[in-house]
Amino acid sequence: MSEQIFFKVTIDNITIEVPAGTTILQAARQIGGTVAPPAMCYYSKLQGSGGKCRTCLVEVAKGSEKDPRPMPKLVASCRTTVMDGMEVKNITSDKVIDARAGVVEFLLLNHPLDCPICDQAGECHLQDLSFDHGKSATRYEFQRRTFKKHDLGKNIQLHMTRCILCYRCVFTADQLTNKRVHGILDRGDHAEIATHIEKSLDNEFIGNVIDVCPVGALTDKTFRFKNRVWFLKPMDAHRDCPTCSGRVTLWNRGDEVYRVTARKDEWGEIEDTPEGKPGWICNTCRFDKKETSDWVIEGPRAISRQSVIAQGHYAGNVGMTKPTETFKAVNGGRTPHLLLDIHDESEVNQPQLHLGKIHGPSHGDTFNNKIENA
Amino acid sequence: MQPLTNKAQAVSRKPMTFLERLYLINIIKGMVITFSHMFKKQPTIHYPEQKREFSPVFRGLHVLNRDEEGKERCTACGLCAVACPAEAITMEAAERTEDELHLYREEKYAAKYEINMLRCIFCGLCEEACPKDAIYLSETFAPANYTRKGFIYGKPDLLIPNPKTEAAALAMAKGVEA
Repeated sequence: MSEQIFFKVTIDNITIEVPAGTTILQAARQIGGTVAPPAMCYYSKLQGSGGKCRTCLVEVAKGSEKDPRPMPKLVASCRTTVMDGMEVKNITSDKVIDARAGVVEFLLLNHPLDCPICDQAGECHLQDLSFDHGKSATRYEFQRRTFKKHDLGKNIQLHMTRCILCYRCVFTADQLTNKRVHGILDRGDHAEIATHIEKSLDNEFIGNVIDVCPVGALTDKTFRFKNRVWFLKPMDAHRDCPTCSGRVTLWNRGDEVYRVTARKDEWGEIEDTPEGKPGWICNTCRFDKKETSDWVIEGPRAISRQSVIAQGHYAGNVGMTKPTETFKAVNGGRTPHLLLDIHDESEVNQPQLHLGKIHGPSHGDTFNNKIENA
Repeated sequence: MQPLTNKAQAVSRKPMTFLERLYLINIIKGMVITFSHMFKKQPTIHYPEQKREFSPVFRGLHVLNRDEEGKERCTACGLCAVACPAEAITMEAAERTEDELHLYREEKYAAKYEINMLRCIFCGLCEEACPKDAIYLSETFAPANYTRKGFIYGKPDLLIPNPKTEAAALAMAKGVEA
């Protein structure tokens, strides 16, 4: 095997050596932090992804050591490989910041901004992107594009109005399943994710399209409207799954499993398993294993402090040990006299109601004790 | 010890004079002060009969708003609950069905919405956080109660009367003469 060539590249005045063939985006991610350009369509675990959303545009101030001319236009960093001695400006370039604000405005042109309803809110890349790089107002004055609702089967909910056409789910279906049944229909302004004709997505690995979707276009129907992600406790867990890695994040309320997702790294991408393969999870793990007893819980998942999910979330070295109750010990074995047990009065979070086990979204009847939940 | 300030005064142990022992002069002096207050402007009001106007920034009991057609505005986004520093707000979301279209504005709605008034500190952050103009702090106090149970306010306590079907009740709640 020939010797690997390393290129020296400077991104935002930080120099790093990366192997030839690395993209600017990957090199920037190796530096980390705010140096890494945001990416909506690029997904390092999916071959061929990237180059569509233009959020990762960067300025190349110096092409390479041999040809030091700057590149005339901003380039998509996810598709541009580094050259030796290249100098890249990301957040240090006014042009990039301006262009990115424009891209965000374009991405949000037809986005319904129904974040209060959307289940992705709180872990949405488009939310983060528009918060970090967007402007607070839109100049768009026309009707937003709407679509006829498509049913993608019993587990996956499609909201086409929220889609930014990143093609990640198309690549996922191509690369993880043996037969892709959904794709982009029509073109231009009419382009939409759909199946032809009305098919449900039911491949064993198709659930991963929910995890790769950067917005709330594809969401988990078994979790639909159950709770907001920032009120749930993310827990690392695993199970011995014959089809997939079985390494997941459980999203719990109390001890109830509300949602199961794959583990995501700091770029919002699926984490690798210890064997170095992407940790895609199968539909059985994702949609059907909603009992705590199905899982071996490892402990609370570490969540970035910048994320809203980190509110009220303990992580780090707390492990699985619960703090000991001291009241009885210091009061001679007496239990505390409660003036009000909140469950006697409150209709929220009723102990006899197991929302995690209801398949679809809950309805008004669910909470009025009309449906018996064992 | 040397006094640090010149504020300390030695107590006078001198025996009182005859006039001082009569106390009459000092009683009159005191009564003058007392009676002079009868002619000053009263700072107090007679509460239940008279009521003070609330300041425009007063933050009182919460209301859950409806739109002009009487649909509930709240969509259970949870932003009030996450903004709440006292963790007083809890809710359960549900999906709107076809025959509930006239009841709720959005696809998702709060099936249960509770504010624990024992916890609430009336800071108004829920009002600030609400993206749907659904929660407002009104110009009323949370009334006193004999039990703690009575302070868990649910949706029936918080929702404003429906402007379509209960217009009179709404006008009364707003304090506008019908």
